[in-house]
Amino acid sequence: MSDTAAHAAAHHGPPTTFIRKHIFSLDHKVIGKQYYGLGLAAVLIGMVLSWLMRIHLGWTNYAIPGLHFLSKAGAPGNVMTPELYLQVMTMHATFMVFFVLTVAPFAAFGNFFIPIHTGCEDMPFPHFNMMSFWTTFVAFCVMLLSFFVGDGPTLGGWTQYAPLSAVGSVGGPGQGAGVVIWATSLAIFCVGQLFGSLNFIPNILDLRCKGLSMWRLPLPTWAWFITSCMGLTSFSVLMPACILLILDHVAATSFFVPSNLVINDQLLPHSGGSTLLWQHLFWFFGHPEVYIAIVPGMGIASHVLITNMRKPMLSHRVLVYSMGAIAVLSYMVYGHHMFVSGMNPVSSIAFSFPTLLITIPSTIIVLIWIGSLYGAKLRINSASLFALGFISMFITGGVSGFFLAQPSIQILLHATYFVVAHFHFTMAIAAIFGIFAGTYFWFPKMWGRMMNETLGRIHFWCTFVGVYAIFMPFHYLGMAGNVRRYSSFPADYMQPLIGVHQFITIAALFTGAAQFIFLYNFIHSRFKGAPAPDNPWQGTSLEWSTTSPPPWDNFGGRHMEVYHDPYQYGVESSTGDYVMQASPEKVKTENDEP
Amino acid sequence: MAKFVAITILVIAILSAVPVVRNTWHPVEDVSVHGQAIDDQMSETMWEAGISFLASQIFLAWLIWRFSGDRPGEKSKSFPGGAKGLVTAAIVLVGVEVFALGIVGVKAWGSIYFTQPGPDALPVQVQAGQFAFYFRYPGPDGKFGPIHADKISEANQNFFGLDPNSDPDSRDDIVTAEMAIPVNKEVRLLMHAKDVSHSFYVPALRIHQDFVPGLDLQLHFTATKIGKYEIVCSQLCGLGHYNMKAYLSVLSQQDYEDWIKKEQAMQ
Repeated sequence: MSDTAAHAAAHHGPPTTFIRKHIFSLDHKVIGKQYYGLGLAAVLIGMVLSWLMRIHLGWTNYAIPGLHFLSKAGAPGNVMTPELYLQVMTMHATFMVFFVLTVAPFAAFGNFFIPIHTGCEDMPFPHFNMMSFWTTFVAFCVMLLSFFVGDGPTLGGWTQYAPLSAVGSVGGPGQGAGVVIWATSLAIFCVGQLFGSLNFIPNILDLRCKGLSMWRLPLPTWAWFITSCMGLTSFSVLMPACILLILDHVAATSFFVPSNLVINDQLLPHSGGSTLLWQHLFWFFGHPEVYIAIVPGMGIASHVLITNMRKPMLSHRVLVYSMGAIAVLSYMVYGHHMFVSGMNPVSSIAFSFPTLLITIPSTIIVLIWIGSLYGAKLRINSASLFALGFISMFITGGVSGFFLAQPSIQILLHATYFVVAHFHFTMAIAAIFGIFAGTYFWFPKMWGRMMNETLGRIHFWCTFVGVYAIFMPFHYLGMAGNVRRYSSFPADYMQPLIGVHQFITIAALFTGAAQFIFLYNFIHSRFKGAPAPDNPWQGTSLEWSTTSPPPWDNFGGRHMEVYHDPYQYGVESSTGDYVMQASPEKVKTENDEP
Repeated sequence: MAKFVAITILVIAILSAVPVVRNTWHPVEDVSVHGQAIDDQMSETMWEAGISFLASQIFLAWLIWRFSGDRPGEKSKSFPGGAKGLVTAAIVLVGVEVFALGIVGVKAWGSIYFTQPGPDALPVQVQAGQFAFYFRYPGPDGKFGPIHADKISEANQNFFGLDPNSDPDSRDDIVTAEMAIPVNKEVRLLMHAKDVSHSFYVPALRIHQDFVPGLDLQLHFTATKIGKYEIVCSQLCGLGHYNMKAYLSVLSQQDYEDWIKKEQAMQ
């Protein structure tokens, strides 16, 4: 807030050793890049796993060369067994949800840009920040470990419904050590994310530079702030839930296992637990998690679009209020995952209405984006293409929410591919488009070099058309009653749907392959890209008021002061059609935030 | 490039709608009394969601087509009515739309969950276990004998853990691997989970309910058309989940009586 407060974060000097500079760095920018690298590694794992799943679903008996390296028992003759399919599916979802969709848009970009957007030198607690990444990294390694321990990773799905997750190895391959490793990894992951949120929130509340009121924060920083608040309250629920699940395995407790269960003709020794308790705890975390994945993307796509539209959003405040409303409502809607779970059917109605209500702030956000495009001078580049793609995906994912918000319709669609379509379009694909938009937009700032624009556009076209080819048919499968989490489809009424699955598999292989264009562009540009100017997109927020990449203290010792709101575009100034936040130049403007 | 983006969005939006309009993929035919309300709700929602989807994507495509590029000489302008108009539109249009859907949807939901089965409803118990359904009919005494978990044994084919020696109610219970019910006869389904969570999904009957270990649930329904329908598990229950299914035969009253007699004789 004050000049002094903004510089109170300068707890550490410039790094002097290799380890402090590149490994155990206290610099939020290095930590942000480390998170980004972790997300990149996880997305590669998740994508290859999705390829394996898709090949198996399209051609069940196809021998996938080298599959036995993943699991000897699970791939006799390199043909995937049903249990390996479920293990691969569970790990695909786990790596994607936690180590990609949470890590990349929130922890990676948030770490890099929050201190810069707030005009300070670093996070308030740099040591905690370093621990946040390394804790998450340990969680990632522990999760990877499950491929190599016992009979492989858990097959229980990323939701790990009890009692299948709590009964131990009698439940199936991976349900013993695999579940314990899964829950341990996520409990550690939660600690890492709590460290992160505990840095982001005070940074945004207390370390803003002079002149930077809350309403002058750029939209991604608002989104990270809202996401941090969600993270703080939802990961702190997942962590104890995971600990209780571990105790059911290692301490013979029965938190999630009731009495009188019989598996393989053996009466289990548990008694007194509740299976629905796990679902309540998990989804109390799980639904906010959906928004933890998507809200940063909303902020990033807005930021990228505004810069490329050369005009601000119709209303900065309405967007912020709407994101906040979504965050608050996200805790009241989680029961829509449980409409047919056996909870009281009156509760289903109670959870249905907030779910329907959440479509209102979501619609407001979409209409503000669309309305803001009206009258713009839209620049088309890789970043803006992905931001526009984000809007298209979010609309598509949003409208399928109309169906799933209604308990009566979930009688038809629950646990079908319709649900898979819905959550992929919203929390997965839209969020990934947000990550790509952010990467193409901020790469020059983060790595000091420009990405190749032609490759970026080719990447966009392949991805945009590809993801629609993959995920739109999922809706049709769901409407036909195709149940998800099946390794093949022996039910008579699902047999005619195999052709659709084969089409999706081909689309998935093509779209996945196109991601290597991005990977090549990323690596090549990192080392051989043209040097980036300080402000390649004529942006206004504080990241564009420093060098590319920024120095270790972000602004080279300058005490930053902000004079404008973050999006003064379409004005007449000495720099052109925009005036930077840090520029004291006075311009005629309609809506500069105080 | 911008125009190409706009056309692509337009083409994708229209192509996406084609299978829905042509009804290429749809749920299996409904054969239940309560299912029509669900189907009506589904098609009303499809209309509203479909129009929202197409209108938003087409509008997005048009804006990208119309407002891209520097266009020297043209000033940036704001959407007529500004944010206030759009926020009002979202609250009024979407608010009315979703609450109308919600309130009407409660009726369809309530017809299944907020009504009680009649006193003459046929009781059938279904037990889900890795990876099969088993069914139990109470026999002539109309009473189910208690389940003894410690006596459940697939090896001895005592799927429900019955103890006819000490429980008289169990003696005439009829246990089957397939479910059969009479047409147009209300059924009261008692759901019991043997091991982990499963689900009882019968698309043709518009029924979908999880089995909750430790919590026996009830459903009631009436099938209106003779035929053979599939019951599948939709709750991930282990490695054989994909193959956990059973058949439900809806028979004429006479055929049902013949079938139950035959099953009773086989016990």
